[in-house]
Amino acid sequence: MRIELQRRPAASGVFSLVSPLLALVLTLIFGAIMFRLLGKDPGHALYSFFVEPLLEVWSLHELAIKAGPLILIAVGLSVCYRSNNWNIGAEGQFTIGAITGSILPILVPQWHSVLVLPLMLVMGAAGGALFAGIPALLKTRFNTNEILVSLMLVYIAQLFLDWLVRGPWRDPKGFNFPQSISFAPEAVLPPLLDSGRAHASILFALLAAVLVWFMMRFMLKGFEVTVLGRSERAGRFAGFSARRMVWFSMMLSGAFAGLAGISEVSGSIGHLQPSISPGYGFTAIIVAFLGRLNPLGAIASGFVLALTYLGGEAAQLSIGVSDKVTRVFQGLLLFFVLSCDTLILYRVRIIFGSGRAREAKS
Amino acid sequence: MKKLIIALAATAAALCSTVPGAQAADKTKVCFVYVGTKTDGGWTQAHDLGRQELQKALGDKIETPYLESVPEGPDAERAIERMARSGCAVVFATSFGFMDATVKVAQKFPNVKFEHATGYKAAPNLATYNSRFYEGRYILGQIAAKMSKKGVAGYIASFPIPEVVMGINAFELGAKSVNPNFKLKVVWANTWFDPGKEADAAKALIDQGVDILTQHTDTTAPMQVAAERGIYAFGQASDMIAAGPKTQLTAIVDTWGAYYIKRTKALLDGTWKSEQIWDGLKDGILTMAPYTNMPDDVKAMAEETEAKIKSGELHPFTGPINKQDGTPWLKAGEKADDGTLLGMNFYVEGVDDKLPK
Amino acid sequence: MIEAILLTIITAATPLVIAAMGELVTERAGVLNLGVEGMMIMGAVCAFAGAQLTGLPLVGLVAGIVGGALFSLLFGFLTLTLVTNQVATGLALTLLGLGLSGQLGEAFVGIPGVKLAPIVIPVLSDIPVVGPLLFRQDITFYLSIALVIGVNWFLFRSRTGLKLRAIGDNHGSAHALGISVIRTRYLAVMFGGACAGLAGAQLSLVYTPQWVENMSAGRGWIALALVVFASWRPWRVLAGGYIFGAVGILQLHAQAFGIGVPSQFLSMLPYAVTIVVLIIISHNRRTTLINTPACLGKPFVPDR
Repeated sequence: MRIELQRRPAASGVFSLVSPLLALVLTLIFGAIMFRLLGKDPGHALYSFFVEPLLEVWSLHELAIKAGPLILIAVGLSVCYRSNNWNIGAEGQFTIGAITGSILPILVPQWHSVLVLPLMLVMGAAGGALFAGIPALLKTRFNTNEILVSLMLVYIAQLFLDWLVRGPWRDPKGFNFPQSISFAPEAVLPPLLDSGRAHASILFALLAAVLVWFMMRFMLKGFEVTVLGRSERAGRFAGFSARRMVWFSMMLSGAFAGLAGISEVSGSIGHLQPSISPGYGFTAIIVAFLGRLNPLGAIASGFVLALTYLGGEAAQLSIGVSDKVTRVFQGLLLFFVLSCDTLILYRVRIIFGSGRAREAKS
Repeated sequence: MKKLIIALAATAAALCSTVPGAQAADKTKVCFVYVGTKTDGGWTQAHDLGRQELQKALGDKIETPYLESVPEGPDAERAIERMARSGCAVVFATSFGFMDATVKVAQKFPNVKFEHATGYKAAPNLATYNSRFYEGRYILGQIAAKMSKKGVAGYIASFPIPEVVMGINAFELGAKSVNPNFKLKVVWANTWFDPGKEADAAKALIDQGVDILTQHTDTTAPMQVAAERGIYAFGQASDMIAAGPKTQLTAIVDTWGAYYIKRTKALLDGTWKSEQIWDGLKDGILTMAPYTNMPDDVKAMAEETEAKIKSGELHPFTGPINKQDGTPWLKAGEKADDGTLLGMNFYVEGVDDKLPK
Repeated sequence: MIEAILLTIITAATPLVIAAMGELVTERAGVLNLGVEGMMIMGAVCAFAGAQLTGLPLVGLVAGIVGGALFSLLFGFLTLTLVTNQVATGLALTLLGLGLSGQLGEAFVGIPGVKLAPIVIPVLSDIPVVGPLLFRQDITFYLSIALVIGVNWFLFRSRTGLKLRAIGDNHGSAHALGISVIRTRYLAVMFGGACAGLAGAQLSLVYTPQWVENMSAGRGWIALALVVFASWRPWRVLAGGYIFGAVGILQLHAQAFGIGVPSQFLSMLPYAVTIVVLIIISHNRRTTLINTPACLGKPFVPDR
């Protein structure tokens, strides 16, 4: 038996809608089998994963909080990846954005003004952009690989934050515990509604997704991103500069990651501490690809991923599956979504019998 | 294809048809939020053993649901709020990094009781609890000074927080009570949990000439290295004798169970109060693992010290004590107050390291 | 003391070098597998389980290799047969590996492991300094060196290696020339998985003979970075692995020695040094371009 793919003349419109559903169905079936094998009631487990988090208002707020940074970062990354620049250090840019955005509330806490919050957001985005500018600079000046540099900078950023909150930015009244002072009320992103914690970060994410989608679809810059991403040579003939694109895409994604960072710290945490992100910058890479590098797709995939995190937690409580099972389940879901997307571009034929089967075997 | 999809959907529907049943009887829910996995072999595992002990002791009256691997930050607030909403009577938040999240949720749910481990912020429905680990570390220091030939011990530290600094100081004070010239080298691994890095730190310390090891990180890797290099070491958080049957002298074992049982009983009796509790050896919140691999006189000394600490006769931080730079801190006979200890960010004399400022 | 430090560095660098060598071959064939961390941790748990169940660390070693290779097949099937996106699939593989290994290893937490015994090479091991360092090591160290030499020979001296590089540089032309692109890539992916598994086995059988969840602690990512750092040249992987290992160990010594720099800055050193060295060696644009597999990460579907 072997599997053969045949490229469709054009991407299948039907399957771009059906494939996510098919993936979901496959995940449900395999998930059900997995939970059954673990001795858990599969119906109850899947209900906890996919339905329970959606039933209560507070939980929807939490979903928005979780999805906000994922979507915001993924939108920036999708531009980056489309232009063939491989920023995998969004986690570091998130961290630095959180730090630069916190300069005002931590170093000048006595300044009370409506300007504080907007300035914080701008400084956070600028910090993220500048930090992403390092791999861009090294790539354009010294031809270093941005994958490696941006990844190494993640560790550096996290250690820098660690040093700050245990050293110079430590709350003097905090018994020497590793935390900054709590932000003053005007430095905190307020909740959107009274019914829960969700704050503006999700709005930033949705706005960024729509704006970037518009840019990619209708503006020359979007065309430039796509052309240069497909082929640097073709881009040069069109008069585009690959060098400038490195700067543009890296700094754009860095700015979004930085904005996500300061929004998270200001809106959800309220102070700086050694760990501010459960790996948003890395998870967002998956979100970007699940969304097919389309900013609007990132919205959908961001919510789905956020849902599995919340669902995993609900399932831990209601049926007692461990967090490891949650990760396995997330992996399964991702695999099915990715495989089913094959159907959009290819016709899949399963051929029985041997023949030239050796090609596909190993 | 269409048929296939319908068939798949039908199967899925069939599998999902079991609707979640009603919650089991009306037992009191005592809930736990963990920062690591319950089998991490260190901090979280100790709390989970405590939970199991609690469940065993009061099994017919309570349920003990828990959430593991909850990251510090906004996820913690959600996890704790989920607990509060799910009908928990009390929520134990077992990591320092959960402090502000616990405070926020406690404000929102005045009828639910909260207990936060190792923090300092309290409220009418939020108690804090901690263990006087330093009492155990003082004993370790004394044993180290007796057992070390070179008079230098190595300390694998995690992060420079007061808890860890206090532990380093207590160890050094214990050692100096036996050998006034005892030196302590410190390496910060900047992790609670990375066996490879902890092993590297252990090797680095041994190569720099220490002949006894103690750790404030969670895995047994340093114990294994010590066993390999043929020096003695102390276990942390749990009894690590299995990793070094001929190596471990003793270990500070976190036995939170005693505390959890005490507080849950108070809750069931209706006598629960918000307190800032800092229990020690005498309350059973920490225990010394059996004293092994040492001569009888050292063992006798350790047991005597343990007894004295339990009876209150001995407080490890009793003057005269100088700070690292030689300036006096405590006068003879003066005891350190709990506030200073909980916020400790300076070394005592004899520690061979510079504390990050 | 220097000898002892060098020994520590060798132990720290070996898993990085092994995993990076595997990924190097995978990437030379044009496949970017970001799942090294996941395959490594699967190797670690399989190796530990194998050694525990049989009592023979060597069986564990083999189990680690097989575990890593089998796990990588999952990635191979998705990216090669179903042409899914390689970056996303690799990341998903890491997620799955971390979860699955935790689940599989639950029974082994807290059990002391069996350490792989060193193999003493007669005569050579008696040479002062060098002998104990290089000829009294366990098998994983010898394998790591053999891998570097072997892969270097294979890629640049053998016909199959030439074909593999051709596939990585231009899979269309290679296919037109009758080279079996998919089959070669499957083998390359499995080689990468086997090496990552071996690296994991080194972690749970040599470095720290025990099993704890997430014990790879990001080493898979470092291995990935090393391949880029080495601009896809085997000897540079060896050099890079040892530079990284050495800086990491020396910063601990600097601390134990008592220099007054915040430990966070010392912990940053391995990463910062890697960047600096990369800047120096990638200055020459041409050599980097020549070594980069042009089809890295790009999907391939044979015409029929």
